[in-house]
Amino acid sequence: MAEGFSEIRSILATDCGSTTTKAILIERREGAYGLVTRGEAPTTVEAPFEDVTRGVLNAIMEVEELSGRKFLDGDRIITPEQERDGRRVGADVYISTSSAGGGLQMMVAGVVKNMSTESAARAALGAGAIVMDSLAINDGRLPHQKIERIRHLRPDMILLAGGVDGGTRSHVIELAELTAAARPRPRLGAGFDLPVIYAGNVDVQADVRRILGDKCALQTVENVRPTLEDENLLPARERIHDLFMEHVMAQAPGYKKLMSWTDAPIMPTPGAVGAIIQTIAAREKISVVGVDIGGATTDVFSVFKGKFNRTVSANLGMSYSVSNVLAEAGLDDILRWVPFDIDEEELRNRIGNKMIRPTTIPQTLEELQIEQAISREALRLAFVQHKEFAVELRGVQMERTISDAFRQSGSGGTLVDMGELDLLVGSGGVLSHAPRRSQSAMMMIDAFEPEGVTHLAVDSIFMMPQLGVLASIHEVAATQVFDRDCLIRLGSCIAPVGVATRPGADCMTVTVDARGKTIREKVPFGSMRLVPLEYTGRLKATVTPARGFDVGAGPGQPLETEVEGGAVGLVIDARGRPLKIPSGKAERVPKLGEWIRALSTYPET
Amino acid sequence: MAHAYTPGLKVTERAVIRKQRRLPLAGEVLVEEGQPLRSSDVVARADLPGKVYPLNVGGQLNVLPEDLPHVMSKKEGDRVAKDEVIAETAGIFGLFKSRSKAPVAGFVESISRRTGQVMLREAPIPIEVDAYVDGRVVEVFPTEGVAVECEGVFVQGIFGLAGEVHGPIRMIAGPGERLNDSMITPELRGAIAVGGSLLGIDVYRAAVTAGLSAIVVGGMHYRDIKQILGYELGVAITGHEKLGTTVIVTEGFGEIAMARGTHTLLERHQGELAAANGATQIRAGVIRPEVIIPSLDRSAGASAEPDGPPEGIAVGSTIRVIRAPHFGRLATVVSLPVELREMESETMVRVLEARFDDGTEVVVPRSNVEMIERR
Repeated sequence: MAEGFSEIRSILATDCGSTTTKAILIERREGAYGLVTRGEAPTTVEAPFEDVTRGVLNAIMEVEELSGRKFLDGDRIITPEQERDGRRVGADVYISTSSAGGGLQMMVAGVVKNMSTESAARAALGAGAIVMDSLAINDGRLPHQKIERIRHLRPDMILLAGGVDGGTRSHVIELAELTAAARPRPRLGAGFDLPVIYAGNVDVQADVRRILGDKCALQTVENVRPTLEDENLLPARERIHDLFMEHVMAQAPGYKKLMSWTDAPIMPTPGAVGAIIQTIAAREKISVVGVDIGGATTDVFSVFKGKFNRTVSANLGMSYSVSNVLAEAGLDDILRWVPFDIDEEELRNRIGNKMIRPTTIPQTLEELQIEQAISREALRLAFVQHKEFAVELRGVQMERTISDAFRQSGSGGTLVDMGELDLLVGSGGVLSHAPRRSQSAMMMIDAFEPEGVTHLAVDSIFMMPQLGVLASIHEVAATQVFDRDCLIRLGSCIAPVGVATRPGADCMTVTVDARGKTIREKVPFGSMRLVPLEYTGRLKATVTPARGFDVGAGPGQPLETEVEGGAVGLVIDARGRPLKIPSGKAERVPKLGEWIRALSTYPET
Repeated sequence: MAHAYTPGLKVTERAVIRKQRRLPLAGEVLVEEGQPLRSSDVVARADLPGKVYPLNVGGQLNVLPEDLPHVMSKKEGDRVAKDEVIAETAGIFGLFKSRSKAPVAGFVESISRRTGQVMLREAPIPIEVDAYVDGRVVEVFPTEGVAVECEGVFVQGIFGLAGEVHGPIRMIAGPGERLNDSMITPELRGAIAVGGSLLGIDVYRAAVTAGLSAIVVGGMHYRDIKQILGYELGVAITGHEKLGTTVIVTEGFGEIAMARGTHTLLERHQGELAAANGATQIRAGVIRPEVIIPSLDRSAGASAEPDGPPEGIAVGSTIRVIRAPHFGRLATVVSLPVELREMESETMVRVLEARFDDGTEVVVPRSNVEMIERR
């Protein structure tokens, strides 16, 4: 815990999103921290207001109205908490995150695409940036094409890596020369120099300074890839955060004022979400996948084997980018989740209309089902990208035995192992605000295809960003609020790997010891079953798969495990893995209808 | 009175329109505050740094990078002509010399003793920004550009393709008619054609062939955008396409009659010279496509006030429903209940009650309507 924050009674936190600024009030009551209320208001970065603090004050005003307590003194936030006229006013701490104005947009560069460039991208993504492009000496582009690309992009910041310490010099210098030739200019603040962080071979720091020193705001940090076997991302990430505050945020309308109000540095929203996911994974010693699906982008976070990864799919989202989901997934892949017959042209037009009027919401059941069908594809595609990126370090020398010689696997395999996954957390409007929690559970199960036993949860009101920045100054408060108010446990999903040749064949039997009451469900292949079960902590369970199915103990082997109930219950998914959805309309519509009824996902029509 | 704040598209007979005309990089502003302008007048100019060509001279001449200065016949900052020799080895007794020639005209930007690379930069490319509308300079942004203001008709669309054009307004169809090839005549060359409920791909191609500046229409099918652009449009950021004819869709995707108010307004100004732009950006600083018909005698921007923040929707406001099941229909707001209501989708939302022209009343989520802003 940061010094000076041990006696905090109340915390006011805001998240300035692209469209909405959200404020939450956290208080310590009877020794524990919890959410008191929340407020929101439109973000005011754009004209006609062009001052982010206006939206912040409006959101806090809503908190004032709902809590009946004063937090504002004119246009100032009252800190610390104090008594005025016998009433408590203000909060001890005010903190904020921000993704307004497009968030932090970065370009990274390195020598080898799969090595130093990938490490640079991981550092940038982990800090909460959108990586607009990754340049590498061996990326197949000609030098003048790279220069044109740098000129064209106008990022907020560049992270330049390359070479292990004591390794290649000439390639790193070439990268610096290409960057210098492009004379890159920042997106915000026409009169300012672009921040460039050099995090490559330490032996070349002087050369890089000579080449770039007078052309941009150059900073040097330790190498992100000091050896092939090691990554050292923290110094680069921390410097990105510093420069985000000093250069990027300082140029955005109203942020200088906002920065003067906060008691901890403003964090990029995804960086804060990543921080809370890592905190939870470390505390519980579990593997976690978190997803935040927004209007424009989808962020995926994971912690496997203690290693944190984040990817952002910059053009997969539910409003601004919804047409791009159609473009990338294709109409057929979206249609396979739609449980009724619809004209293809009509569906395309509806998706186009959502893109140009992004703030609309589904009024009819059909519209809701279409949106949730699109979300499955957005989540699935974002997760595919994440699995490709969250890999073991490439280029590491491995000791091979004779038997390894017959296998094609090398270094750089994905870290994501769905059989190992303990907790899957969903966030973002389509998941957090689905009318029924079973809809959120189904969207996540269909998109991520968890294997074995996986616990599902959603962020109740999307407060993970605020809790992420809170974790940096008061971890106890952040984790208490996360457990009590943020995380809504949906229940566990049990899904064996394998397929049977015909629907209805034996798949598995699940036995749960539910505090003295035994639940026993035998579920055939191709079907789903919901066991209503409230959250009462972890329950002992035995899953016995049929021959050819595996829930984690080996094909056909029973697994002694723990499951939990929740807002949905225990979901037994016997559709097999990999999941196959009937492609023909005649087969698809009744099958989807059967699963919908099993989980009571939508109202009967 | 209860208000909702859903910004709508402007369809206005008389608005003060202020347009910022900025250079993409610092340059020179050519006009002064208060100066009257025609749309084609250049207001600012800059030199875009030329393209860079890296040349691996060290590798070409087989010399070590640190020896490069000894073989260079040009130094940093020197001008070079295309195919001019920039480096040459001494050879053996003056024979068997190797040469490196400049692939482009420009100047030597840098010579690297570390990598053997020589950077050549082409001459700067001059770029100019014009006034876009007939009007008057109301603000100068030193080295960046100006704000030009005019008064006139202002119509916003919902989605567009391609950039700024000019031409006279020509009505080619009623608001509910589906456009067909026969409506695109040779007399429309250079015109901004208005009308119709659906623009098909064949009609659009006919418009490009006939040389229309722009087509303003109620709707188009989303799949036709791919046909026009040649690629799938993932995110609604448009305006830079080079298509020949700018497209402005006023209502949305699908076959949708143009709002009668929009059609009538533009019809009243048939034959007048207008500026149009299909540029659309839904995210971060919303840009909508537009048609502007400046009124020259009022271009000083004296009488009307510039637009402020959008007014709220109130009882009696005209709205357009922008989502199924009543997508595209216009209605009048009857009431704005405070309490949340449950929709068929089971979503709990704030709603408004509205009446269609035929007298039927409906309940619609407030976020699914937009105000028709007429002033």
